[in-house]
Amino acid sequence: MTVGIGPIARARSVGGALRRMPLIPLVMLGTLMLAALFAPIVAPHPPLEIDLSAALAPPFYHDGGSLDHPLGTDRLGRDILSRVIYGGQVSLLLAFSVLLIGGSVGVALGLVSGYVGGALDSLIQRAVEAVLSLPTIMVALVFVFVLGQSFSSVVLILAPFITASFARMVRGEALAVRNMNYVALARVAGASHLRIIARHILPNVAGTIIVIATLEIGALILVEASLSFLGVGVPPPTPAWGLMVDDGREYLATRYWLSLFPGLAIVVTVLSINWIGDWLRNTLDPKRQVI
Amino acid sequence: MTPQLRALEPTAEAGGNVLLRVTDLYTQIPIRGGVVKAVDGVSFDVRRGEIVGLVGESGSGKTMTCLSIIRLLPVAAARTVSGEVWFNGTELLGASDKVMRDVRGRHIAMVMQDALTALNPVLTVGEQVSEPLRHHFGWSRTEARERVLEVLRAVRIPRPAERLDEYPHQFSGGMRQRIVAAMGLGPSPELMLADEPTTALDVTIQAQFLTLVKDLQAQTQMSVLWITHDLGVVAQTCDSVNVMYAGRIVESGSVRRILKQPLHPYTRALLESVPAIGAKRQKLYQIAGQPPDLANLPPGCPFYDRCPLRMEICREQFPPATPDRDGGRVHCWAVGGK
Repeated sequence: MTVGIGPIARARSVGGALRRMPLIPLVMLGTLMLAALFAPIVAPHPPLEIDLSAALAPPFYHDGGSLDHPLGTDRLGRDILSRVIYGGQVSLLLAFSVLLIGGSVGVALGLVSGYVGGALDSLIQRAVEAVLSLPTIMVALVFVFVLGQSFSSVVLILAPFITASFARMVRGEALAVRNMNYVALARVAGASHLRIIARHILPNVAGTIIVIATLEIGALILVEASLSFLGVGVPPPTPAWGLMVDDGREYLATRYWLSLFPGLAIVVTVLSINWIGDWLRNTLDPKRQVI
Repeated sequence: MTPQLRALEPTAEAGGNVLLRVTDLYTQIPIRGGVVKAVDGVSFDVRRGEIVGLVGESGSGKTMTCLSIIRLLPVAAARTVSGEVWFNGTELLGASDKVMRDVRGRHIAMVMQDALTALNPVLTVGEQVSEPLRHHFGWSRTEARERVLEVLRAVRIPRPAERLDEYPHQFSGGMRQRIVAAMGLGPSPELMLADEPTTALDVTIQAQFLTLVKDLQAQTQMSVLWITHDLGVVAQTCDSVNVMYAGRIVESGSVRRILKQPLHPYTRALLESVPAIGAKRQKLYQIAGQPPDLANLPPGCPFYDRCPLRMEICREQFPPATPDRDGGRVHCWAVGGK
């Protein structure tokens, strides 16, 4: 028997959870997000400002570099640092909106599928398998030509893939939880199906949802980058990380900074989100707190 | 002083002495090429303030009977094909879903066998015990709190005010089973269905839990339908017993009469097979043969194949009820019927 006064009570307090917070990824991600949010104030130059006289300037630590363009400029003389900051706006907003739209639909479908079961479950799961069997990038390529290249069409194209992977994972978990005695007991206590899904099933799959969300957001940033890299993502003058990596491709041998810094931004973001996701899951699961 | 649990409203005396009356209940599960007769014509009464036992071996239909009463059959295909369940003046088998949702939890509560999965691991104990109260009475968290503390105190959870915010895994097995009981007791139901609640507990904890339920029953005057395969448990808790075999009740009566003077050969065999401590017996007693296949029941008495007293008529006809001396009955040709 565990008597919860000493270490357990402390572990469950908000302070205890905060102390366990992974500082490094939070600071890294926080910096990127804040910078993106306050881009007009933080960025030294407007992202689209062309200065041909300063084209392909190196970062400040190279000979010929200056603090006016700390991370150098691209072939049109646009400031790399400013574009990385503004690019964060686009990349993060895109990833989060896809996650929010696709994820909420996916969670709802997964819960219904797992809880109700039967023919409805089969129907939803076959649809999910159909979506998951499609190659994301190829489908996106086709649909961008149909819908036209814009921010919202990229969101629309990617959302169903997120929906499918959420629906599948959540369904599996919901199926396991549905057969627990406490669900039967809730029925015996007179709870309706909706109430059981909200009170018993959803909290039990919350951990899974967070894990998938963090994995998917990383994947989304990468897919967005790939799409931009292929030239079908967010349309060109807009600064997006993937687009910038692509821009620098021709100069990779001599002017590495064109691709390196936006690439670094992608790596740091994805890594931080995965790291924070781990912590969130541990914090939200009551069984993992007692150590 | 032992903590007292009060009933939320005094149990209505109207509607007579009988709280639950089950009449000719048949529950069947269709399978490929036949029908499993899980409950095959069960009738019994539960009076107010009484603890009634439902005894039988695994697969005899005890749990199916119990779940048929609240209409939550575990198999999707299972159907209660006929019978009546009168609870407090309402017939439940024909009642609407809305009525059933109100009856479940508010008037009939249940405690299950496996306490380890009967509590949701991600909700605190306080939340789970208050859930039925908030649901049935529309109480807020704070309104429910006092009652939750009262119920937790009543099931002997030490320092309930502190432990309210802990999660199920922080409690021992016995405590968890008591918390499950507390969840059921919150809205102060008239009837508690106890489906082998002590099977997963070790013997000392089991004894503790039995005493507790008896105490609570005495305090609240609720009725309990106690499902078990353990005659020892029956002897300690119940007022009357129904013995089930192959989906039928073969004998019923007061605990004292059944334990002292079992009439049905199956009841006798059951009592024989309880090992006594200290008795030097070479081999444990067992009832010869297997229980019949519920999908393929013979027309006569289902105990025919294993019965030491069998006669020709037993093969052809299920025996009618023969009353015993104090209000019980037995279904056996060899004992009463001719």
